[in-house]
Amino acid sequence: MTSVSTSPQFKSNVQQALHDTQLQKALANVRHTVIDRRAVAAAALPEFEELRDQARDIRNHVLEHLDLYLARYEQKVVECGGHVHFARDSREACNIITGIAKARGAKTVTKGKSMVSEEIGLNEALERAGIEAIETDLGEYIIQLRGETPSHIIMPAVHLNQEDVEQEFRRQHRHLDSARNLDDAETLLAEARGILRDKFIAADIGVTGANFLVAETGSSIIVTNEGNGDLTQTLPKVHIVVASIEKVTPNLEDAAAIIRVLARSATGQDMSVYTTFSTGPRRTDDVDGPEEYHVVLVDNGRSAMIGTEFQDMLRCIRCGACMNHCPVYHAVGGHAYGWVYPGPMGAVLTPSLIGVDKGGHLPNASTFCGRCEDACPVRIPLPKLMRHWREREFERHLPPLRFRTGLAIWGYFARRPRLYRAATSMTMRALSWLGRKRGHLTKLPLAAGWTDHRDFAAPQGKTFQAQWKKQRRNQGRKRS
Amino acid sequence: MKPHSDLFETGNGVTSSAPDPQAGGSPPVRPRVALMVTCLVDLIRPSAGFAAVKLLEDAGCEVVVPSQTCCGQPAYNSGDKQTARSLALQIMDGFAGCDFIVAPSGSCAGMAAKHFPDLFADDPNLSGRARAFAAKTHELVSFLTDVMDVESVDVRFKGKVTYHDSCAGLREMGIKSQPRKLLASIDGLELVEMKDAEVCCGFGGTFATKYGDISNAIVTEKTGNITESGADMLLAGDLGCLMNMAGKLSREGKKIEVRHVAEVLAGMTDTPPIGGSEDEHVSADKEQGR
Amino acid sequence: MSGARDQILANIRRSLGAAENNKVRQQAVDARITAAKPGIEPARGQGSLEQRVAVFVEQAQAVSATIARVENISDTPAEIARYLRDHNLPPSLRIGADSRLGKLQWQGAGLEIARGPSTGTDLNALSYAVGGAAETGTLALVSGPDNPTTLNFLPDNHIVIVDAAAIAATYEGVLARLKDRFGKGNMPRAVNLVTGPSRSADIEQKLLLGAHGPRRLHIVIVNAADGTHAQ
Repeated sequence: MTSVSTSPQFKSNVQQALHDTQLQKALANVRHTVIDRRAVAAAALPEFEELRDQARDIRNHVLEHLDLYLARYEQKVVECGGHVHFARDSREACNIITGIAKARGAKTVTKGKSMVSEEIGLNEALERAGIEAIETDLGEYIIQLRGETPSHIIMPAVHLNQEDVEQEFRRQHRHLDSARNLDDAETLLAEARGILRDKFIAADIGVTGANFLVAETGSSIIVTNEGNGDLTQTLPKVHIVVASIEKVTPNLEDAAAIIRVLARSATGQDMSVYTTFSTGPRRTDDVDGPEEYHVVLVDNGRSAMIGTEFQDMLRCIRCGACMNHCPVYHAVGGHAYGWVYPGPMGAVLTPSLIGVDKGGHLPNASTFCGRCEDACPVRIPLPKLMRHWREREFERHLPPLRFRTGLAIWGYFARRPRLYRAATSMTMRALSWLGRKRGHLTKLPLAAGWTDHRDFAAPQGKTFQAQWKKQRRNQGRKRS
Repeated sequence: MKPHSDLFETGNGVTSSAPDPQAGGSPPVRPRVALMVTCLVDLIRPSAGFAAVKLLEDAGCEVVVPSQTCCGQPAYNSGDKQTARSLALQIMDGFAGCDFIVAPSGSCAGMAAKHFPDLFADDPNLSGRARAFAAKTHELVSFLTDVMDVESVDVRFKGKVTYHDSCAGLREMGIKSQPRKLLASIDGLELVEMKDAEVCCGFGGTFATKYGDISNAIVTEKTGNITESGADMLLAGDLGCLMNMAGKLSREGKKIEVRHVAEVLAGMTDTPPIGGSEDEHVSADKEQGR
Repeated sequence: MSGARDQILANIRRSLGAAENNKVRQQAVDARITAAKPGIEPARGQGSLEQRVAVFVEQAQAVSATIARVENISDTPAEIARYLRDHNLPPSLRIGADSRLGKLQWQGAGLEIARGPSTGTDLNALSYAVGGAAETGTLALVSGPDNPTTLNFLPDNHIVIVDAAAIAATYEGVLARLKDRFGKGNMPRAVNLVTGPSRSADIEQKLLLGAHGPRRLHIVIVNAADGTHAQ
């Protein structure tokens, strides 16, 4: 029941993305805005680098003691009148949530933005149970109308242009005057606000994710800008938090420490508009708030990542900085990655959660430029983890045979310097001769990926080592 | 300060008589530098290698060129650790007995300086050797400025140049200001910065061929920025990146010359540029300018 | 589903190579939770009360909150009436049961007051914050009958009173105030840290205010603390 992925079709996804002019136009927007904003926010806080180290250390400590923090967290939530459910996989998580919804006769569920709910395919499960799931984050609302999945973990509709939004609103909001003006973004927002306001109030259940789960107090924390998450979790009678197990944090101070690098890394804001700590259902003197509070803790492959070379990936605080800085993401957008998590963090996490046989393309489609690691607030060594996936694939003979053979042949020669020199001298002379007229070749066998788009510089002729050897011989010099 | 060292790797770990560049004070006297040519320079563009030798010798180094094939990075990045280890060991064996290892490439120097230790981290016999080797390995331009204290080069060159910051050089080896410092010392050379000089060119080794479409999209963005900068010439410190960008500029019919930065710093620009031919290449009388 | 719970926790332990009931690990966890030590606190916002307030004001304005400063709590009705007039908003206000707000002279300022949680039809609401953090111009509001959470999100315009003395330099300062009030390890149902009015950039990265929460956030800083607390 883990949501369907098209990651195996990465190459054809990429083809589609590169030729999608609307998408390319939208992606051009991303290229600088978020990168520059993060840089400004980081520069404005002298303690930023230290705070990154601190955030990394807190996350590492939690992972080393994850079982114990989860147990403490659970205990505290129950003390505060909440319910905690553990789910080993997507199916279990969806069953728990639809179970709660059905038991309360729920008809509609409003949702705050939650990537793990995408991962487990929650909306589809609710729909199958006859329950309407309504996304309330503006970006998520728009893509839900379009029947799409999010293309970024923070900005779900980043692949769309304004006219796409207008088109969709006109198509779906039938009850409104078709002659109405929807020329600017403000009116689009106002329209969504009005429609969703009614949904918030009518909802039977509100489902949110959680950025942090605090063991000290049994609190869940959501970090948002719109206020939809808060309306989702405050108005309905039942609030369900769905969160993956690694979200737990020791105490409030540790949460504050990480919060400081979260928004700065994600959007370049010093602080998001709403950071809300929710602890259990309403108290006896509360006049608003949910009557029931549930937390569904989802494993779905994460406990298996602990203790492996991929444990560092679990430090991720879902800020999206890595994909904001990634030249591959800029070129193809998030949908090409084929599943819930795009960009560098998706390239590492996806094979862990859906298998390297399905997600294997993703860690290969990287130049290892390192901008992701540079930007990561918890210093996850993303290129290194992608390389580990490549090692795993190599061990399992997953790369295409042609590639493995080529690599093996090259390796054979490279380990035998004399043979290497003989073979390369010949090849370079031939290529040099072939390209002598223009200094480059426009076609190379076995390298269409290169020459389809670029010329290939012709070798100068004699290799450096051959010339060096000859020079030394001619000079009759001895090395001192 | 010892001018050069004897074979100093012991079985118990390594001691080095190579001077510590961090210690301040004067640069080493006639250090013995083993040139890691890099497979691309060796096979495709030896002139960049000879430019590197000239720069090192002019700075007072004794240059040796041990027999070599490749640092193993293609195998390493493809997940073939076994081949990567064999090639790393081959390099370490071949380059023994020198004060420094210098490569005209941020990514090859980075492979040795940052990744050789990882390759042998679990090997008690080799981890010390790898760490010592890594500590002695430098990229060419940063070696000249940071270790040999070279502040300027005595060449003349007329032209408008832009410099691309290759990813490994920038992020692994910290190369940013050093090439710019030396380029600034050249009379007649005007350095213009392109937009997003620090953004990847899309080479990424086998990525350029395996995911050619994405690589093309990235390099197209890059050539756009190069053109917009108004420069007549593109320089960088990594031949893979240079071949990628030169190949795209050429396919786009752009007349921007591409060279390895060592060639300009050494005043050795009389060969055709990367991807260019004898016919197109303007004579190298730099005084007459371009 | 205790089967799932035990399995997951056991998986984690196995992955870590940790034995069940390992005392050292448990102590490490207990110690960190108990100590709850503040980590690195930014220098920004630290200093005297006036310095903190100045930074608070600067930061809050940078995120499109508006600020007014009054001498006494009794000055707030006039300030709020002015604010509503200046923005062509009707002189009506929803408040909670906070006694500090309850005893102010609203009628004298020409303001019509409704009390209790919001049901979504209020244009303007007024809350009393427990404090603020200067470092990002952030307000801290807690749930309860005095200042219901719905007042923070449903109305179009949110006005918040905060005592100057309650503006801490950092979030940790706010957490300390909460600890004083509720006891360590205890939290009310909801604590909202609010930084500016609601916003979204989901349409082509254009920054728009008033996504679902309030379009406007007006902060009234009171110089002289009243001395009394709501409860």
